[in-house]
Amino acid sequence: MTIKFTKDHEWIRVSGDEATVGITDHAQNALGDVVFVEVPEGGKALEQGAAAAVVESVKAASEVYAPASGTVTEGNQAIVEDPSLVNSDPVGEGWFFKMRLANPSELDALMDKAAYDAYLETL
Amino acid sequence: MADTTAPTLKTPLHALHLELGGKMVPFAGYDMPVQYPMGVLKEHLHTREKAGLFDVSHMGQVRLTGPDVIAKLERLVPGDIQALAPGRVRYTLFTNDQGGILDDLMVTRISDTELFLVVNAACKREDIAHMKAGLPGIEVEYLGDDRGLLALQGPAAATVMARYVPEAATMPFMSAMTATFGGIPVGISRSGYTGEDGYEIGVDGRYAEAVARLLLNEAEVAPIGLGARDSLRLEAGLCLYGHDLDTTTTPVEAALTWTMSKRRREEGGFPGAAVIQRQLKEGVARKRVGILPDGRAPAREDTEIQATDGTAIGTVTSGGFGPTLNGPMCMGYVATAHAEKGTGVNLMVRGKALPAGVVPMPFVPQRYYRG
Repeated sequence: MTIKFTKDHEWIRVSGDEATVGITDHAQNALGDVVFVEVPEGGKALEQGAAAAVVESVKAASEVYAPASGTVTEGNQAIVEDPSLVNSDPVGEGWFFKMRLANPSELDALMDKAAYDAYLETL
Repeated sequence: MADTTAPTLKTPLHALHLELGGKMVPFAGYDMPVQYPMGVLKEHLHTREKAGLFDVSHMGQVRLTGPDVIAKLERLVPGDIQALAPGRVRYTLFTNDQGGILDDLMVTRISDTELFLVVNAACKREDIAHMKAGLPGIEVEYLGDDRGLLALQGPAAATVMARYVPEAATMPFMSAMTATFGGIPVGISRSGYTGEDGYEIGVDGRYAEAVARLLLNEAEVAPIGLGARDSLRLEAGLCLYGHDLDTTTTPVEAALTWTMSKRRREEGGFPGAAVIQRQLKEGVARKRVGILPDGRAPAREDTEIQATDGTAIGTVTSGGFGPTLNGPMCMGYVATAHAEKGTGVNLMVRGKALPAGVVPMPFVPQRYYRG
C-alpha cells in the first residue's frame, strides 16, 4: 500500500490497481468547514487531472481532480451525508471515491509523503 | 468577498487579530481577519447563540455639521431624514442621477445641525468627495482611517453591554447614544448586520483595543471574522454593496422601497428621483429576491438563474451556505414575472440545472430588540 500526493492537494492510496482518493489535511484546513460534497458514481471514467468531485466550504467551492486515470468503483456516500468528515478525518473516513486504475505507472510522476511535505513548505 | 487590492491599511485592532490567530485577507484596502481558529461555521453559530465581536473599523465614519444639514442630506439620499428623531438611526442610500445606488449607509441624527454617518469601506473615498461636492455649507468631517468601530452582535449582546453601560440594555433598536465604556468615551448604536440584537461601538482608535479586550474577556463573547459576517448577513436577507447593490441597481429593483417614506417618494428631490418615481408607478423589469435551492449544493455569486423552461431570467448576487439555516441560500435579481414567492427556478451550477424556489427573506428570522 502506497500513498501519493498531487500539487492540487489530493491524496491517492494504492493497492495493486485499486485506489482510494481524497483531499489532504492541508487542503481541508485551507478550505475551512466543509458543508457540501459531490462524489462521482461507480462506473464513471476519469482522465488524470479531470474534475472528479466537488468540495464546498462555507467560504468557497473547489473541484477535486482525478490523480490518475481509471474507472470509479464507489463514491463515498458517508461524506455526502456528513461533509464534516472531510475536515475531521481527511485521509481516513473522509475519502471521496475509490477507483480502478487504468495505468498505474501514471502514479510515478506524483509526490510521495516526503516530497509533498517539502512542497507544502514552499507554499 | 476579498478583493485583490494590496492591503495598505490596518485597523486599530490589527495586532489583536494576529494575537487571536486571525487568518488575514485583503478587504477594501485593509488587512482583515476572515476567520479565527474557531472557524467560520462555529463563529456564525456562536454569534446566533451567544455574542460575537466584529472589527468593522474599516467602514467610514463621517460627521456632517452645519445649518440645514438635514434638508441638505436629503438632496443626496431618498431616505426621510427630516422624520428621523434626534438620537435615532436610519438605513438609507446614496443614489446617482440614473437612480442607481452609489452606496448604502446608516445615518444617525445627533441634532438639527449634526448627523453621523457610517458608510462602506470600499466606497468611503467616493462618498466623502460626493458629499463635499453635494453639501455646500456643510462640514464633512471624516473621522479617519484609524478610527475604531466594533460590532457586538447576538442574543447575549445586551447582557454583556449592560455590564459596562447599564442604559444600553433598554436602548430602542436603531437608536444611538454617547456613553463611557470602562472609562472610555464611546458612541453606541443599537444596530448591526447579522439579524440579531446588538450594538455598534464607535471609539477613538487609541482605545479601540482596550474596548475589544474588555468585551472579549466576557464569557459569552468570541471574535468573529468577515466570513461569518457574510453568512450572518445573508441569512438575515441584508444586502452587501458591490454584490447585491451597485450603480446599475435602483432601490425599487433592489426591493428597498421601504427605505423611502411616502413624502420622499412623492416629493423626490434626490438624485435619480424621476427614474425611481417612474419605476414606482410603472414597475421594474427585475427584482431582488431570495432563492432557496431544493438540494444541498450552494449556488454562489454570478450563478445564472433560469426559468423552468430554460430561459435565462437573472443572476445570483450573493450565495452560499447558511450555518443556522443548515442549508444553501442565495439572493439575486430575476425578471419580475418570476419574482413572486413560490416561483420555481433553476440555478445553473457546474452546468447542471438545480431546482430552487423564490422565497421571502430573511432566511433566518431577525431578532432585533423591540423593547
